Formats: sequence, structure tokens, C-alpha cells
Amino acid sequence: MYTLPSKLKLFSIILIVLGLVGITYGFLTTPKTVEDVKKIMAEQEAHHGEGHAVESHDEGHDASFVDEARGEEGYAEAAMEQAADTHAEGHSVSHEEHVLHQLQTRPWSATFVAAFFFMMIALGVLVFYAIQYAAQAGWSPVLYRIMEGITTYLLPGSVIVFLIVVFAGTHFYPWQDHDLVAGDKILQGKAGYLNFPFFVIRAVIYLLGWNLYRYFSRKNSLAQAETNNYGPYRKNFKASVLFLIFFIVTEATMSWDWFMSMTPHWYSTLFAWYIFASMFVSAITVIALVTIHLKNLGHIPFVSDKHLHDLAKFMFAFSIFWTYLWFGQFMLIWYANIPEEVTYFIIRIQEYKLLFFGMLILNFVMPILVLMNSDYKRIPWFVVIAAVFILVGHYIDIFLLVMPSTVGHNWGFGIPEIAAFLFFLGLFIFIVGAGLGKVSLRPKNDPFIKESENYHF
Amino acid sequence: MSSHYEAPIREPLVLGEKSYHDISVDVGAPVLGKANKSWWIVFTIALVAFLWGLGCIIYTISTGIGVWGLNKTIGWAWDITNFVWWVGIGHAGTLISAVLLLFRQKWRMAVNRSAEAMTIFAVVQAGLFPIIHMGRPWLAYWVLPIPNQFGSLWVNFNSPLLWDVFAISTYLSVSLVFWWTGLLPDFAMIRDRTTSPFQKKIYGILSFGWSGRVKDWQRFEEVSLVLAGLATPLVLSVHTIVSFDFATSVVPGWHSTIYPPYFVAGAIFSGFAMVQTLLIIMRKVSNLEAYITVLHIEYMNKVILLTGGIVTVAYITEYFIGWYSGVPYENYTYLSFGAATGPYWWAFWALIICNLIVPLSLWVKKLRRNIVWTFIVALIINIGMWFERFDIIVIDLSKDRLTSSWTMFQPTFVDIGTFMGTIGFFFVLFLLYARTFPVIAQAEVKTILKSSGESFKRLRAEHGDD
Repeated sequence: MYTLPSKLKLFSIILIVLGLVGITYGFLTTPKTVEDVKKIMAEQEAHHGEGHAVESHDEGHDASFVDEARGEEGYAEAAMEQAADTHAEGHSVSHEEHVLHQLQTRPWSATFVAAFFFMMIALGVLVFYAIQYAAQAGWSPVLYRIMEGITTYLLPGSVIVFLIVVFAGTHFYPWQDHDLVAGDKILQGKAGYLNFPFFVIRAVIYLLGWNLYRYFSRKNSLAQAETNNYGPYRKNFKASVLFLIFFIVTEATMSWDWFMSMTPHWYSTLFAWYIFASMFVSAITVIALVTIHLKNLGHIPFVSDKHLHDLAKFMFAFSIFWTYLWFGQFMLIWYANIPEEVTYFIIRIQEYKLLFFGMLILNFVMPILVLMNSDYKRIPWFVVIAAVFILVGHYIDIFLLVMPSTVGHNWGFGIPEIAAFLFFLGLFIFIVGAGLGKVSLRPKNDPFIKESENYHF
Repeated sequence: MSSHYEAPIREPLVLGEKSYHDISVDVGAPVLGKANKSWWIVFTIALVAFLWGLGCIIYTISTGIGVWGLNKTIGWAWDITNFVWWVGIGHAGTLISAVLLLFRQKWRMAVNRSAEAMTIFAVVQAGLFPIIHMGRPWLAYWVLPIPNQFGSLWVNFNSPLLWDVFAISTYLSVSLVFWWTGLLPDFAMIRDRTTSPFQKKIYGILSFGWSGRVKDWQRFEEVSLVLAGLATPLVLSVHTIVSFDFATSVVPGWHSTIYPPYFVAGAIFSGFAMVQTLLIIMRKVSNLEAYITVLHIEYMNKVILLTGGIVTVAYITEYFIGWYSGVPYENYTYLSFGAATGPYWWAFWALIICNLIVPLSLWVKKLRRNIVWTFIVALIINIGMWFERFDIIVIDLSKDRLTSSWTMFQPTFVDIGTFMGTIGFFFVLFLLYARTFPVIAQAEVKTILKSSGESFKRLRAEHGDD
């Protein structure tokens, strides 16, 4: 039986408390009025001397990024309309009000990035788990309890994410602003999908579907340990297949709802699968980390370095897969350079250049270099190094999904972001630790467990 | 590679009381025996179709591309449809041999040889189209970056059509090497079993003096693994690049970021359907039912279900985002309300019925394990995937931005004849292959006989498995 080591437990509680304080601080210190914004901007200007950076931001607004990119070549009136939503309120409000809105959004975005990052790890692990069942995998049953332990976080994590997306309102989703929609033909056209009641109903469906599968698969998996027939296993097989179908559809709509609709004029068909790749590789990485942790403490003697090798292979392969999808989306939009689509990348490259390209090094180059060698994949500390690269890289990936769309160039990496990350990290460790501790880590009576324990290659 | 222990719950992959010797005899039989009458009949039909197609190609090249049904709006139709269709079919072979090797799927061993053969023959057919659809195919070598006397005039590396050249040629060569490497031990088996001195000579040359020493096997396995690791990204990138032909453009319906993974999933979907079509017949006529079992067919059907599901989600995504984008032009793309009700409604619904609705029947276990039904579904998918490419290319082109250039496409007999010709050529090659190559990787099947053979599994059940 595993119990979260007391030091780790204390550490996680400290993280939670610190994070909570930081998040509260972030929400309390946002400017309240346009006057505050003017003061902040004046301070910034003083700070920057001639105020070069601020200036360029300011000018960028009316003209928007599309204009900057297209210069004097000319562009369609419709494209202008499309591009107007890089700043949610269009042209009707003053620049200060716009900045005020973005500054007020920042703690929301910071919290959401971290909340979603940890939730998607739990969800990704659940998908990996379902795939293992559906594929009748012979190597991974020894890891079932570990995966189930990690997915304990899904319920609290997804509820928090749900609350954030429902209550964020126009901080995230400009289409929830009635005045804006009233003056925007494109958004009116989308109102059949992008409307608040339907948005909430969809989110409830995702939440129910994912958590119900988590609940029943765990129940069946534990029941299997108590019986000698394969009844619970067969039920789990069926449930997993159904869940995977449910998941591939809801994952797509979830991505459109929660992320793509942050810039409601923009669209990309690949988007949903791209987010899935990020989710999946981070999840496998966390399975590997937890496995290494448990192995170090001697709780899972039946898991060998061969199992770690396989996990590391998946980390390696899905890092490449993520890059493939990233490139597919980026290159096609860059190549065709259609104004209404390209805005998405223009803001990310202009305002987030280091993160945008740095992420590629963390998510692609480093895992390739570290995990290419077959022997290295069996050395725990090597896998941990790769894991750190991958997890930091995919945190940045989620950061880049959210921040440019919500706070635009008024982003930073300070107390709100760090605090939110620490809070959810603490919560994740605490809940997963408790989840791992409830039952024996050795799954019994699974039809493939013996194959899995004898597994070597 | 893999553990010798196997969970009793797994179904056997080799049926009957087979020994190592039986495997060699069963696999060698079609090669060492004589062709029967029906083989000659089918071969003649395929050959006639091939020759007819060859005539059409020669006619096209000597007369001009205008003998096809293309017009000024629709500059790509059957040519590129067939190209993408054939390349897509080829992908299952690499998937079975490379991806399933990486995932340690033992069932691949009975089907990988034929799937790879299918890959190579399909890529050969595909490779014809980029050449013959050119207006001046005799200048085709200009696509290669060769130093020349035009001030070293080079190609522009920005075109996905050039990437196609590299993708397809690399794909063909790597697949060929991968296939041939796997064939060495099997050719050696034929060489050692044949009594005819002529065959001995030929298979002696083909097997490169394989003698099956420990060191050879060790390296053989390592090479297979490395090639599988390289072929997997290759197979993804090749069809991705094919998809870029469309997705990099600004044509409504073509410009869509989901194309790379969606084309790859569609390729595997159609490729597996073709493998089913071929193997269901082959297991019967070559008496290989003990190796290509109902279980194999069921597994392949599951892959078809999976990739078909992915393709379906992509259809839904395309349809949804087409509406969601709010771009009016998107209403005339291949997956739109406009396509469903427009002049190409029949092509739209052929796609939906063949690729989306009929394969759903495979969710029923009885139908999934029913060989006749599988054969029918596989044929329907092959037709459906042809329509998918036709719809993408022709429907999207037929109604582009300017209404003044809207038009329809009518194929001529030369379009159709060329396509029929490639099908004939494919079967000529495949039929010759089935008579001269060991169609099952016997060396690989022997490695799983004791863990997954029916009689050995029974022995283990009787005597305990420890």
C-alpha cells in the first residue's frame, strides 16, 4: 500500500496555500478603472524611457495585426472585419478600455492555463488507459493502478476547469458579449453554436461522460481483482471502446468551445487534434514520472525497466507526433497566408516569439536527442530529464493557446501565472497521492497481467 | 523481441497442427507448383486491361492532354484522383509491416508480405500519374535539381508537387528495401526446397546467399526495427505531402489544416480495405487459411473501423468548420450542404454511404468475422475512398470563387481507360507476385508458432503454462 510520503504531502500543501495566496493576489491587483490603466501605462512609459515597446503596441491596435502583416498591399474589407477580433471589442471602445479588459483577464487566463494543463494530464491518462484496454495490451496491465491513481485528479480538475470556462464570460469569450455580437455579422452567423446555454450544456456533457467512464472503469478494474472470471474485464473493454468514441468527438468540440472560440473569427480544422496531441504526450510523460517515483520507493517491484522503456518510447513518438500536427497546422496557414487565418500566428510570433519557437526546442528537439538511444530510455534520470522538457514545453503550449487570444500583448509571467501553476501542481500531487494510496498497486486477475509481469523484449 | 509467454485468452494465430516444416511446405507450394487454369484466365484479363491502359497512355501523350475530360476550370480530375487513391492504398502495406512491428502485433506476420507487395505495386501505379498528367512528360526530368547548361536552372522547392516527387520516390525505394530485406530468409527457403536447377539459380541470386547464422539474424532484426522506425514517419509524411498538394492552396475546401492527418487516416482506411480484398481471395486460392485466419480478418476490420472512425470525425469537422467559418464559398466544398444537394449530389452521397455508413456494420462482431461480408465492405470502401478523392478534387474545383468559371467535369474513355489500365497493371504484378514470391513471411510466422499456434496453445492449456 502506497502512502504519499509525508514530506511530499507537506510540500503539496504548502504549494496549495502559496498558490491560493498568489491567485488571490492576482485577482485583487488588477486595475479597476480606466484611470488605473492610464497610470500603469504612464509608469511603463517612464520605465521604458522613450516608450518604444508600448508605442508599437498602441499603434498596432486600430490597424490590427493583419494590416501590419499585409502592409500597403491592400486587403479585403471582410478580412479586416475578421481580424478585428484579436481585440475583443472591435473598434467601438477606446484603447484604454481595451487594455483594462485585458489586464483584468490576466489572472483568469493564468488560472485557466494551469487548471487546464493539469486536467488534460488526467484526461490524457484516462485516454491512454482506455486505449490499453481496447487494444488488449500485454505490456501495460501492471501500470493500471498507477494510471487509475493519476485519473483521480480528473473529477476535481475538470470541475474547476468547468467553473472557470462557465464564469469567465467575456474575459475569454468575446461572443458572449451581446453588444459585440449585435454589430458583428460573422458572430451572428455562429450564434447557433456559440451561445451561452448550449456552451454550458456541452461542457456538462463532457464532464459527465469523462468522469462516468473514469468511475466505472475504476470500479470494474477493482472488481476484477476480486473475481476469477473475466466479467469485469469484458465490461471494461466495452466501456473503453465506447469512451474512446465519445472522447474523440467531445475532445474536438471541447477544443472548439474552450480554446478556438476565444478568437471567434478564427478557425482551423486541425486544431482539436493538435490539442489532443499535447494532452496525450504530457499524460504519458506523467505516467512515466509517477512510475519512476513509485519504483524508487520500492512499491512496484513487478514493474521493470522494460515498462519504463516502453513509456519512454511513447513519450518520444508522441513528441514527434505533436510536432507533426503543430507543423501541419502552422505550415498550411503560413503557406496560404489567408488574412483571416493568419492572424492567429501573427500575434503569436510578434508578441511571443521566444516562447513560440522555444516551445519547439523543448517539445521536439530535446525529446528526440534525449530519448533516441534505446539504452537511455531505461535509465530513470534520463527519462526524468526528458519529462521535464516535455512538461514545461506543453505548459508553454497551453499558455500560447490561451494568452495571445485573451490578454494579447498585455501578458507577463509573474505572480498570477506562477501561483496558479503552483496551486494546481500542489493539488495534483495531493489528490493523485491519495488516489494511488487507496488500494494495492498490483492489479490482480487481469487476463493479461501475467503477460505483463513477464514482459521483456 | 517479444516474450514467449502468451495469455491463454488470446486466440491462436496459426490454426491446426502445424510444425515448422508444414509452414515451409504451405508457403512454398504456390511457388513450387504450377499455375492452374483460373490463374491464367485472371492473368489474361488483367493483362488485356493493362495493355488497353497502355494504349490510352500512349494516345494521351502522343495526341495531347486534351483527350482527357479536363477543362479550364477543372485541371485535375481522374488523374490526380487515381494518383491519390493508389498512393493511399499503398499505405496499408507500410502500416502493417512498420507500425504494427513497432507495436509488436504478432498478427501482422501472416499479412505483412502481401501488404508490402501491394504497397509497391500500388505506388508504381500511382507513380505513373504524375508523369502522364503532364502536358510535356518528356521534360519530366526537369523536376529534378540536376546541374544543367541553363545557367544551372533549378527547381523551386516551395511547391508541394516537387515534395511529392521526393516523397513518392523515397517511399518507393524504402518500401522496396524493407520488403526485400524481409524476403531474404524466405527466398533462401525456396532456394533450398526447389528441385529445379533453374529455380535454384534464380532464388539463389534473389536470396543474396542468406544462410541464417545467428549474427545474420541479429542484424536482420535490428535492420528491420530501424527501417520500421524510419518507415513510420515516412508513411505519415508521404501522404501528408500528398495532402499538401491541396491544403497549401487557397481553393475553398482544399485549404484545410486537418488534411495531413485526415489523408493519412484515409490512406490506412482504404489500404486495409484493399488488403482485405486481396487476402480474402489469396487465403482461399493458395490454401493459406491456417495462417490468414478469421482472427486476422477481424483485426484488420478493427483497424478499418478505427481509421474509418477517424475519417468520419474529420468529415464532421470539415462540415462543421465549413459552416462555422462563415465563409460563403465554403458552401460549395465537397463536404457541405451545397455539395449534398448540388449537381454532384451523387458523388457526395456515394462518399457518405460507402465510407461512413456501410463500414458501421463492422461494429457487429458477427459481420466483422464474416468473410463474405468483409469482402463486400472492403470493396465498397475502395469505391468510397475513390469518391472521397474525386469529391475533394472535382467538386471543390467545379464551384470555386467566380461563378463565371463554374463548370462540370465529364471523363472521356481515355480517362477511364487509363484508370482501368492501372488496375490491370496492378493485378498483373500482383498475380505474378503470388506465383513467384513466398506470400507469407514464413520465417516470421515460425517465430510465433510456439507462442500463438493453436496446437501449442492447447498443449500449454493441458500441461500448465509455467
